[in-house]
Amino acid sequence: MPPFVIFLIGSLVVAFTRGYVRRVVLLAVPVLGALNLLNVQEGTVIQVEVLGYTLLPFVVTPLGMLFGWLFHLAAFLANLYALHLDEGDHPGVQHTSAMLYAGAALGAVFSGDLISLFVFWELLAFTSVFLIWARGTESSLRSGFRYLVIHVLSGVLLLSGALMRAHSTGSIEFGHIGLDGSIAAWIILIAFGIKAGFPFLHNWLTDAYPQGTPTGTVFLSAFTTKVAVFALVKSFAGEEILIYVGVVMTCFPIFYAVIENDLRRVLSYSMINQIGFMVTGVGIGTALALNGAVAHAFADVIFKGLLFMSMGSVLQMTGRINGSDLGGLYKTMPITATFCIVGAMAISAFPLFSAFVTKSMIMAAALEEGYVWIWPFLLFASAGVLEHAGIKIPFFAFFGHDSGIRAKEPPKNMLAAMFIAAILCIGIGSFPGFLYAILPFAVEYNPYDATHVLTQMQLLFFGALSVLWLMKAGIYPPELKSVNLDAEWSYRWLAPRLIRSIGGAMARVDLSIRGIVIGVLQGALAGIVRSHDTKGIMARTWTTGGMIFWVVVLLGTYLVFYL
Amino acid sequence: MTQHLPVLQVAIPLLASAVCAIVRNARIAWLIALATTWTAFVIALNLLFRVQSEGIISYALGGWAAPYGIEYRVDLLNAFILVIVTAIGSVVIPFALKSVECEVDKSKGSLFYTAYILCFTGLLGIAVTGDVFNVFVFLEISSLSAYALIAMGQDRKALTASFQYLIMGAVGATFIVIGIGLMYVMTGTLNMADLAARIPEVRANRTIPVAFGFLTVGISLKLALFPLHLWLPNAYTYAPSAVTAFIASTATKVAVYVLLRFFFTIFGIAFSFDIMQLHIVLLPLALIAIFSMSLVAIFQQNVKRMMAYSSLAQIGYMILGISMVSVTGLTAGIIHLFNHAMMKGALFMALGCVMYRIGSVDISAMRGLGKRMPWTMAAFVGAGLSLIGVPLTVGFISKWYLILGALEQSWWPVVVVVLITSLMAVVYIWRVVEVAYFKDYPDYDCKPVCEAPLGLLVPTWVLVATSFYFGIDASFTTKIAEAAARTLLGIGL
Repeated sequence: MPPFVIFLIGSLVVAFTRGYVRRVVLLAVPVLGALNLLNVQEGTVIQVEVLGYTLLPFVVTPLGMLFGWLFHLAAFLANLYALHLDEGDHPGVQHTSAMLYAGAALGAVFSGDLISLFVFWELLAFTSVFLIWARGTESSLRSGFRYLVIHVLSGVLLLSGALMRAHSTGSIEFGHIGLDGSIAAWIILIAFGIKAGFPFLHNWLTDAYPQGTPTGTVFLSAFTTKVAVFALVKSFAGEEILIYVGVVMTCFPIFYAVIENDLRRVLSYSMINQIGFMVTGVGIGTALALNGAVAHAFADVIFKGLLFMSMGSVLQMTGRINGSDLGGLYKTMPITATFCIVGAMAISAFPLFSAFVTKSMIMAAALEEGYVWIWPFLLFASAGVLEHAGIKIPFFAFFGHDSGIRAKEPPKNMLAAMFIAAILCIGIGSFPGFLYAILPFAVEYNPYDATHVLTQMQLLFFGALSVLWLMKAGIYPPELKSVNLDAEWSYRWLAPRLIRSIGGAMARVDLSIRGIVIGVLQGALAGIVRSHDTKGIMARTWTTGGMIFWVVVLLGTYLVFYL
Repeated sequence: MTQHLPVLQVAIPLLASAVCAIVRNARIAWLIALATTWTAFVIALNLLFRVQSEGIISYALGGWAAPYGIEYRVDLLNAFILVIVTAIGSVVIPFALKSVECEVDKSKGSLFYTAYILCFTGLLGIAVTGDVFNVFVFLEISSLSAYALIAMGQDRKALTASFQYLIMGAVGATFIVIGIGLMYVMTGTLNMADLAARIPEVRANRTIPVAFGFLTVGISLKLALFPLHLWLPNAYTYAPSAVTAFIASTATKVAVYVLLRFFFTIFGIAFSFDIMQLHIVLLPLALIAIFSMSLVAIFQQNVKRMMAYSSLAQIGYMILGISMVSVTGLTAGIIHLFNHAMMKGALFMALGCVMYRIGSVDISAMRGLGKRMPWTMAAFVGAGLSLIGVPLTVGFISKWYLILGALEQSWWPVVVVVLITSLMAVVYIWRVVEVAYFKDYPDYDCKPVCEAPLGLLVPTWVLVATSFYFGIDASFTTKIAEAAARTLLGIGL
């Protein structure tokens, strides 16, 4: 049975049950789904005929199975984490949409054609947005709407790309597409790129994820971007341009993460950075690199989930999430602090923690394929991870200056979810064999050789040392009060300054051209609005004579045209 | 008995309207209207299934054989139109009972149903007949009764709106009758099949292109193609809700049918499109209508008016499909006749529910209605999804064929326009959703508003359910639309 169906039924049951029964259902659905997945045979295919196309909404591939397991695990952990929601949190909306959201992600990774993928792709957007809206604040409402618009756009692009492709090649198969020079392939790549958070297409992520509910963001972090990584692996493996896109993604968020105050937004930037590693792996495209990308996606869901869970706990218990308002929480929340540190060590790729055994596959593949010059960028990005996710997050939240907040530990179900995630982080890192065994490509790789362990330890210690030195010297950006930089604004703020530093003249010319274009566009737009608003020429009530005028004009034109 | 169905389709409602006019009791008139529309619906379904299994039905009125007598001729296309008109007609009548009591002067109750059935008769007559002069006569019957129906609106502006519609409708009808007259002068016949056979002999004469011009303008006026649409927004806005729901879903559809009949069957594609290049005129007007009217809809404050402009854009989609002159394009146009009737009928009926409870359809008056009238607003959103073209709704099916048709012709910009205007539909539907679901109900109003009565909700939801059903399983409608398109183009199945 397709996993989507189980989650769809589950979401319906969740919508109509309350209290204890609902809690049991929430935990049972992922477990039942996993049992069902055990019995699914590779190569199973379900076919449906719609509008003359043969759709394959359920096709079992090794890659899909891996993501299938991952999403079941993530759904279980996140449901466990969200189990305590009570009346004030719109539990019906959150639980139902989260369940359907997980189901849509599962549907997407088992899709065999682009049309089915499109349906699940849009479903991902329409279900997940409620996890943002459920926060109930004005800014989350707006943020959620922006999120929805961008994701619907991504879906529309995917559908147009798929139709164009169907038109030119006659195939809607969701398999390797590759940039064959057709516009269709580029459009599909951009549709995937929006969901994966490619540079300049990523603003929705850093905009919306910090606005989600404490529990909702855990769901958000697990599914959407990973589905995009899955789609990239499936359709665009080995496209060289993805290496450069990936490298940019690993590096640029670091700068934003350092100056950002909202700790969940720091994690959102960190997320783009981690996806950057995966995209780089997809771009390299060898068996080792693809395994690395997929394995890293697997590990990332768990450790990034763990970090979002720990920050969610902080937000839940203190009502605050800005670094400048927090600090000293380790005194009353020692367990949460410990879990957060485990997550931080995992994302920073300490040996024996999960990212160490997955990220290294991508880096090793880069060296093997001779991309020597991207290696330093990836190293820099790894050091950056340590800085903003490994040190900044636990330090600002749990240590640092004492904010005087004495919050209690979060509810037991949240602690349990974090505990399982923490164990998995260490388990995968210490015994990578289990994860390697289910990777889609057969490759021999051992992360624990002397060189690798030593390099990584040096990187970590020198990275930590430099942060320490920067803090002592007072250069490190402190927890700035009232700083709430929005990514879009920092682009507008940063971009002109960069241009100015390169050449002031260039900027002036550029600005004036831009001014003229914007002026013309604004003028045209204002004209269109003027003519179309309620009093405009297109919308106002005409006199009968005016109507007859058009009849005469048209008849005249026709007669001239015809005779 | 069954061989007389084509004429009974028109005769029963015509007689019923006379009976209605005599009865001065609104409730009894309503019962007659109910019985009439449902009987007509059954007849229309029967005709459709018969045409599907046995092919074209030709009926000689009074036993006078065509081309001398009047012929009623039912093929797949007009059988489909008959089903659309009777389906909407019979769903709106149950809705009308309460809605009309609330919105129309009590003393005019029975006259309302008389005019309604007359209008219904006229629309059916246009669809069923095989005689061009008959088309004109029924067009006048339906239009004159429609003017009366619109004038019954509560707002005094309904009178001016109806008057303007009357002038424009009369001009349109005159143009059509001039066109018919010119054709008659040249060929000496009024029978459609006969005309189709004789026109090629005389088409070198200038009279035929002139007739073609008058017909183009006259029909464009009737179907409200940009820029001859100006009468429509006011007429739809100020008419009683039940009238808007009925007329918006049927009258323009029948006008589109007339266009198909005249230009594809009578003049023939070779003349209409190869020689007269009709699609070169229709295509840009359709595109402007789609884009411009969607944009105007975004700015409207009165939601009924917003939907009226949206209808104009939707008519643009139909004409766009037709101007492709291909099987896929025509299929898109014909299937959208049905699909748009379902969704726009549902939308206007949902607005009728709002009108019934709060007496206004201004967007500002709809604050917080999502909680107060959950079923009504859910129906609005459900039909709105269809208008946007979300998968699993009928709107998606229409747009799917439209985009396929455009891709076949490699009209990329057209595809872009269709996608952009779908986003515009998202915007104007969202404006209503935002106000209804995310704004609080005004506190100062002490009288609480509750859900509309079932008598209004059930018919509304019937159409919403239909628009989802035929969005999920479109095989019935697409099969008919495609077969009708192939017949019009003269391509075998």
